[in-house]
Amino acid sequence: MIEVRNLSKRFRDKKRGEIRAVDNITFRCQPGQIYGLLGANGAGKTTTLRMLATILEPTDGTALVCGHDIVEEPEKVRAKVGFLSTATALYPRLTAREMVQYFGRLNGMDDSLLKKRVDAIFDRLGMNGFRDRRCDKLSTGMKQKTSIARTLVHDPPVMIFDEPTLGLDVMTARTITAFIRECRDLGKTVIFSTHIMSEVEKLCDVIGIIQDGKLLAEGTLAQLRDKYNEQDLEEIFVKVVAPHYTPAEDH
Amino acid sequence: MSLRNIGIVYRKELTEALRDRRTLLSSILLPLFLFPVLTVGIGFAAAELIGEASREPSKIMILGGADSPSIVEGLRNVKNLRIVPAAANYVDLISNKKIRAAVDIPPGFQAEVARGEHPEVKVYVFSGDMRSAFGATRIEKFFSEYRDAMVRSRLTSEKLAESLMKPFDVKQQNVVSDEKVAGESYGGLITYLVILMCMTGAMYPAMDLTAGEKERGTMETILSSPIKRTHLVFGKFLLVLTASLVTATLSVISMGTSFAVLARFAPLQGEGEGFPILTMHAKTVVAVFVMALPVAVLFSAVLITISLFAKTFKEAQSYLTPMTFVVIVPAIAAVLPGIELTPKLAVVPILNVSLLCKELVTGTYHWNYIFLIFLSTCVYAGIALYLAVKMFQRESVLFSS
Repeated sequence: MIEVRNLSKRFRDKKRGEIRAVDNITFRCQPGQIYGLLGANGAGKTTTLRMLATILEPTDGTALVCGHDIVEEPEKVRAKVGFLSTATALYPRLTAREMVQYFGRLNGMDDSLLKKRVDAIFDRLGMNGFRDRRCDKLSTGMKQKTSIARTLVHDPPVMIFDEPTLGLDVMTARTITAFIRECRDLGKTVIFSTHIMSEVEKLCDVIGIIQDGKLLAEGTLAQLRDKYNEQDLEEIFVKVVAPHYTPAEDH
Repeated sequence: MSLRNIGIVYRKELTEALRDRRTLLSSILLPLFLFPVLTVGIGFAAAELIGEASREPSKIMILGGADSPSIVEGLRNVKNLRIVPAAANYVDLISNKKIRAAVDIPPGFQAEVARGEHPEVKVYVFSGDMRSAFGATRIEKFFSEYRDAMVRSRLTSEKLAESLMKPFDVKQQNVVSDEKVAGESYGGLITYLVILMCMTGAMYPAMDLTAGEKERGTMETILSSPIKRTHLVFGKFLLVLTASLVTATLSVISMGTSFAVLARFAPLQGEGEGFPILTMHAKTVVAVFVMALPVAVLFSAVLITISLFAKTFKEAQSYLTPMTFVVIVPAIAAVLPGIELTPKLAVVPILNVSLLCKELVTGTYHWNYIFLIFLSTCVYAGIALYLAVKMFQRESVLFSS
């Protein structure tokens, strides 16, 4: 369960002055559901998710992840979270297995439990063929699987995905979306950011539309269709965002 | 402070470092091979060049001397002097190194000397040229022997004792041990080297573990794990410190071996008395390393802090290159003759340790300075480490990309 309460993040920029990357947003993600954060580049998706993963600290407000406050107990929050984005790369000189083991150890797992867990994940994801190959020698698909294994090793109840399919080919992207669904089916709380409408339509139980750091609309796909009297998600998105839209750089 | 977590990060960084060719090259291979090449290679080359120059006959020219036949004849008979016919362009010939020197014997030289007058012989040389100096020395030696023989014969003919001209001798006598002599000669070099190598060894891993990690996109990955940032930075710092100390240790071992090899074979090369051989006792080696430890901590922490500001490895390199000069200048200053420890210099980072280690190598232990310098360097190292930890907690530094 994730409970976001009046979360804000301001940055100082030498040229542009103060930037409100995330501006007082509040929402809730339930276990067994996928929450999709939909927004254009620079809308505040990445900053929001980085704050939930405690990689960034909020300027105001907070969030509870599995009952732990992201400001007060960041280490406990991270222990409950699996975080995956296109920016979370692998250590090139470690093997796939070493990479996953490293994160297991950092999550406090002992060696015997870690071995069982790694073997189980590698079997399930079909990674045994390259388990001892260095990450810099892996194909994109193999790298994605290793990243997935890395996020799963400590069996976190909350999964945070920041544009996980960005720049991936169709087949690799499908591995990721299948994995996201699997997480939901396992009863995990899943939050997922993207600007690809089709992914949201296929995956998300609840959708939040974000622009200029503000959460402008929220609901299930059916609720949004009703409210904005449109069937196509892209049209709904444009209706919601257009009045607030100014092209922005990605943060 | 969780030692377990710091240990996990350290082991992982060590695994990666040992698999990285660039780290192995800068931390292990460079110190192992640089000194044998520098000391043995250049030492042998220098000894060979000097030896060759000293064995080579000097081509010289005699200007005048037609009325001083025994002088000319004497010069012709000097071993290692080859006389070429006189020519008016002797200055050009010396400048172009066609001849090494020219000796100008004034008209009536022999007769004037016989009459007890005071004529002057001039030797034209190329100042700073080693082979020209050898030629001039040989000429001067001939004239000085000629003069001594003349004085002796005059004293004998007047029935006077030889000691009349030289009533007493002045002689220098070394009273300190060979260890101190060698320490004074090379001590500065050794400490300069240890300090430089502490820096060189730390540099590559410091960049790789910070800016390199940002560039490869693994910074966000590691920050999403539950480890505290303080533990993360300590694990990284320990790896950089290890590289720094390994490089410094290997350098000293490699240099010690090089000196030993040079000491064994160099005396065979030339005519001179050789150089004092540096022998460092285990106590001295330990003392130098104890003093180098806080310096290595200081370097590791400073290098991590600075390179953390860079977005890429290349950018980190451009930040750290000027740092090399900041370190080398005080280290070189300590090697300069005449600079000695004073209470003020004892708190100047790097310079203080360089000066102190120079004394340690000669076997001198000023305990008050040792205490002061160790303490001040620890304080600087502590501040640097604190800064590194603080910088690792700043989002603007970690996410500057």
